[in-house]
Formats: sequence, structure tokens, C-alpha cells
Amino acid sequence: MNSLLFLLEKEFRQLLRNRQLLRTLIIAPVIQLILLPMAADYSVKNISIAVVDNDHSTFSRKLIAKITASGHFKLTGFTASYKEALSLVEQDKADLALQIPVDFERGLVRENSKKLYVAIDAIEGTKANLGGAYLSSIIKDFNDDIRLNWQSAPTAATFQSAPTIDDAPQISVAASNWYNPFMNYKLYMVPAILVTLVTAMAAMQSAFNIVQEKESGTIEQINVTPIKKHIFIIGKLIPFLVLGIVIFTLGLLVGWAFYGVAPTGNLLVLYGSLVVYLFAMLGLGLLVSTYSATQMQAMSLSFFFINIFNMMSGVFSSVDSMPAWAQAIVVTFPPSHFIKIMRMVVLKGSGFSDISYHLAAMAVIGLVLNTWAVLNYRKTS
Amino acid sequence: MKQLITFIRKEFLHVFRDRKTLLMLFGLPIAQIVLFGFALSNEIKDSKVVVADYSKDAVTRQLINKIAASKYFDLEQSLQSADQLQAAFKKGTIKMAIIFPQNFATDLIHTNKATVQVIADASDPNQATTITNYVTQIITDYNAGLANDAGQPMQILPELQMLYNPELRGAPNFVPGVMALVLMLVCTMMTSVAIVKEKELGTMEILLVSPFKTIYIIIAKLAPNLIISVVNLFIILILSSVFLDLPVKGSVLLLVFDSILFIMTSLSIGLLLSINAKTQQAAMMGSLMGMMLPTMLLTGFLFPIENMPLPMQFLSNIVPSRWYFIIIKKVMLKGLGFSSVWKETLILAGMCLSLFAISLRRFKIRLQ
Repeated sequence: MNSLLFLLEKEFRQLLRNRQLLRTLIIAPVIQLILLPMAADYSVKNISIAVVDNDHSTFSRKLIAKITASGHFKLTGFTASYKEALSLVEQDKADLALQIPVDFERGLVRENSKKLYVAIDAIEGTKANLGGAYLSSIIKDFNDDIRLNWQSAPTAATFQSAPTIDDAPQISVAASNWYNPFMNYKLYMVPAILVTLVTAMAAMQSAFNIVQEKESGTIEQINVTPIKKHIFIIGKLIPFLVLGIVIFTLGLLVGWAFYGVAPTGNLLVLYGSLVVYLFAMLGLGLLVSTYSATQMQAMSLSFFFINIFNMMSGVFSSVDSMPAWAQAIVVTFPPSHFIKIMRMVVLKGSGFSDISYHLAAMAVIGLVLNTWAVLNYRKTS
Repeated sequence: MKQLITFIRKEFLHVFRDRKTLLMLFGLPIAQIVLFGFALSNEIKDSKVVVADYSKDAVTRQLINKIAASKYFDLEQSLQSADQLQAAFKKGTIKMAIIFPQNFATDLIHTNKATVQVIADASDPNQATTITNYVTQIITDYNAGLANDAGQPMQILPELQMLYNPELRGAPNFVPGVMALVLMLVCTMMTSVAIVKEKELGTMEILLVSPFKTIYIIIAKLAPNLIISVVNLFIILILSSVFLDLPVKGSVLLLVFDSILFIMTSLSIGLLLSINAKTQQAAMMGSLMGMMLPTMLLTGFLFPIENMPLPMQFLSNIVPSRWYFIIIKKVMLKGLGFSSVWKETLILAGMCLSLFAISLRRFKIRLQ
């Protein structure tokens, strides 16, 4: 126990002495947390649309006005031909091309139906999907509008035989959005970005730290002492646990001050989960350090994991929409669980019983990683 | 010249001796392309939904069957009380609740109106919007059936066509993004650490006192990383055309040329980082922490740049991967030629030259 205290004193001194590193470790996440959520806005607006109006009728003008007034779409411009509109899409100047055919109004009045052509740049799947859905619903609204106007107009006598819109039974949808009624994307992103920052800062530092001692040879001096290896490892992990908690707290404050993201749930639940999460991630850092001889190797290995964690853990794209085999892999990533927990506790106020599955999963992963690392750690090389 | 070749050989030996790092350098891009290419997708399907049916009549049963049959929804057990709903949302087991009030069919027949209540878990706003749209679509279709749409006057039939990616897969968007990300990060990190390591070990001093020109030291340091990255580039291109069905539609030569330009830009950034960093750790933190998240976010493959506030849009202009991402999308996915990417190419070339010039000028020939 005594030797642990001495080790801790040494580690904290080394950590606090390295001002440049400490500054990076604390300032970098704060700045990133201030700036990055602004960039992480996936609400679909500003879909740029190129229009080919071959009809130039009242209907076509009204439809275009309705589309631009909806707020989802931004008119890039009118082109003379469909081909030109498509080339705007090709050049990334428009996301969507809409063609209104010749005789759009006349065809509707005389033949009762007319086609509209819409081409969407679908490289970004979500945007294409939502853009298409928005446009379809605007067109449908427009369709209902012109029918109503047409029927109420006195000239509509010839259409009286057809069923009118008012006669038809209608089911309407009353949609409400819980936990985030204003659909603020930042509420969703801030907790997740905080997790990635804590992961990169605190957890991976543990790997670098141990390997640094290996590279500079000071680890030999510790290895020849009677200090037991689990004491040595605990001595290495505790400072980074503390660092992780400090960064996390700073992050919560920044999220609250800049984005008004205050946890709805219990802080105890949050910090309890954080400790379990750090235990798992520090275990990973430790494991990486036992497999690396140089800092370069430790960095490559950590980079490999961090990058895959960041992309696959549901920060940016939903884990639920992955195929089953990928979900099975993601279950073993500690960040995927902690990100879920953060979003649940911060946004919905979930309690311990709601997150118990994710908490248990992180604990199991942590135990496996730490045991593996301790078994693999050799005092003699 | 002979000196330079010997020196480049030395650097290659250094890199190839470290098997673990090498494995990582080639393993990472492969693992990422395969994982991300197959796993990441923006399509939302099988969302878990509960239905509370207080009416239990023919109309609600039909609607529920329609919802259950849709590939977008997974119907969970039905619900008894509002408390249960709250608890299920908090546990995260459901994404949406659909509630049919009492006397649904009766209201519909007698008053011609009935309202379905739809509650979405909007903690993920995009998912909430999308699944609400899906439900609305199903109900609109049902309405159309009720109104016997064929007999309606003035039918507008929008014909939607998804260009370049008709199945709305995630891969066409993620592969170019991952290419930009991996090439950029590997280049900056490897370069900065390789140089700082020599400083830390003291071998840099020996190089600096030798009659070897500074520019040669830099070229020799950059050469192995350039070659590794080009090999990586080909691995990625082959993988994505063989496994992900994403061949290069445009000119391969143009793509490779622009990629090399981008790689050189990233190498110059690494060089610049190495000048300011004293320890390997600082260099790593700089390239890993300082570069990774901004590159991910500001490249534009995760979040549309036009949605960002103006200062961020401005900031994204100085991220080289942003321009490279546009180039890959245009050349690889859309098959366009040089005439549509000359602007981006020019910007990359400008960045590459100015970064290299700055780092060359600032490269210290004295350690203290």
C-alpha cells in the first residue's frame, strides 16, 4: 500500500511537471468541444434545387414558389434544359433537379394527370432520402391545394361528378417529438463528442506513458524493485482516471455554458458510468502498451482503435442501421456503450436500471482487457 | 545524388524494420475500408415501434398490419399505460410510439376525420424525422386508398430518380471520406513522429553536423511515407472496386495525380508539426488530437458543410481533405474529368507548395 502511494506521487509529479502536455490535454478538448458541435449539424436544410420549367404556367410558378417557401430548399437557378440541370447536379452545385414538363397545367386540367421528373444526387444517402421525402410531400400539398381551388372555382362545374377532396375520409397524423422537441441536433452531438474527446485524451495517454518509460529505459529501474506488477499498473492507471474525470467535468461545463446541454439525469449515474468506462479504456491502453516497444508502435495501435471506435460507435451514424455482423463487433467497443449511456442520461434522464445492460457490458469488457494486459505484462524482457 | 539515395535507403530500412508499425500502416486502411464500406449506412430500417390501440377496430388493425409489414418498422408488444411508454423510451428499447384513440373507425366514418398520435424519441433528431415521415407516408397511402385516388382529378405523379447511388448505400459517401481521412492522418503522423524521434534520440544532431544538405534530409524523410501512402491508395482503390462495387468511373491517372498532390500536402503538414514539437508525445498529440476530429468533421463526408455556421465553413476551406474529398467524389463516383476539378486541384497545389515552403524555411538546423 505504501509503495502504491509513492508510485502515485511520482506519477502525479511527472504528469504535472510536463506543462506542455498538460496544456494540450486540457485545452485541446475544451476548444474542440466548443467548435465541433457547430460543424456537426446534420439537420437537412438548404437542399439546393435546380429547376427546369418547361411550362411557364401559373401552376408551375406556384409550385416553385411553394418549394422555395418551405425552408428546406434553396433554389440554385433555372436552366433551359434537363441536361443542364443534371450537369449542375454533377458539379455539386445542386443536390436535386426538378423538371416540370411542357403542358404541365394543361395536362393536369385536360388529362387529369401529369408526371414530374425529379433526379436526386444520392451519394449522401440520408440527404437524398429526406430531400426526396420533403419534395414529395410538398408536391402532394400542392396537389391538394390546386384541387381545392379548382373545385371551389365556379368554372369547375364539369368536375362535380368526380369525388371531391372534402368527401373523402381523412386520417391525420399528430406527431410529437419527445426529449428534444426543437430537434436540436447539438443536444444529440455534444454528449457523443465529449466521449470521443475523453477517449482520445485520457485513455490513450496511458499507453504512451508506459511505452515512454520503456523507451527511455526507466521502466527497468522499476522492474528491478520489489514492487508488484499489479501495484505498478494501478499506480499508472489512477492518474489517468483522475485526468479523465477532470476532462469530462470540463467538457460537461463547456457543453452547458456554450450549448445549454445540462444532464437531465442523475450526475451520480453519469460519473459512475464514466469510471467504469475509463476502467475499460485504460485497460485497452495498458494492453496496447504491453504489445508495443516504441512510442511509434503504441501510437499506430492506438490510432487504429480510436479511429475505428470513432467511426463505428454511433457518434456519427446510427449503430442500429448496421448489419447484424457489424453490430456484433460494435458490442465489444466500450465507447459504443458509453455514448448510448451519455445520450440516454443527458437527454432522457435514464437511471441506473435503464442503463444496467450497457454498464455491465463495459464492466465485462474492462475486466477482460485489464486481465489480459496484466497477464501479458512482463517485468523481464 | 548518391548521398540522397543512400539516405533514402536508410529511412526505408528504419520503416521496414518496425513490423508492427508497418502492419498498422497497411492494416488500418484495409480494415477501415472493409468495415466502413460494409457496415456504415444511413438507411434507417427496423426501427422498434410500439402501438397502443385503444380502438381495436377494423381500420386500426389494417393500419397496424401495414406498419408491421413495412421494412422500416419492427413492431414490439403493444402497450398498456403511459408510464410504460415513458419507461420504454428511457430504456431505449423503442424509437417511436403510435397511439390510436378510442372509437377510431367510428370517428372516421361519421365525422370523416380521425387522428393518430405519433410520438418519436427525438434524442436522435434525424432518426425521429425520418421514421415520422415513414409513418406519415403509410397513412397517406391508406388515405389515398380511402379516397379512391384513381378517380381524383388532377393527379401529379412525381417520378423520383436516385442518381449515382440508387440503393442509398453508405459506401459511396464513406469510402471517399475514409480515403481522405486515412491518407491525411497517416501522412502527417508518420512524418512528424519520424523527425521528432531523431531529435529526441539525438541522432538529428549528427545529421545536422554532416555536410548533408537540409533539403536532402527532408526529402529522405518524406520519401518512404510518400511511397507507403501511394501503395495504400492503390490498395484502397482495388478493394473498393472489387468488394464494394465502387470502381473509378473517371480517369485513374487524374485520381492518382490528385491523390499524390494531397499526400504531399499532408506530408508537408507533418513536417510543419515536427518543427514545433519537442517530444514524440507532443508530435503525436498534435497530429492525433489536433487533426483527427477536425478532419473528420470538416471534410464534409459526415456533415454537410453548407449547414455549418459561416466561421466553420470558412475554417473548412483550409482543411486540405475537404478539397480532396470533392475531387474523389467527382472523379471516382461521378466520372468527371479534369475540367470539373481543376479548381480543387489548383487549391491543393497551392496549399502543398506554400506549406512546404514554410516548413522548409522554418526547418531548424540548430537544436538549441
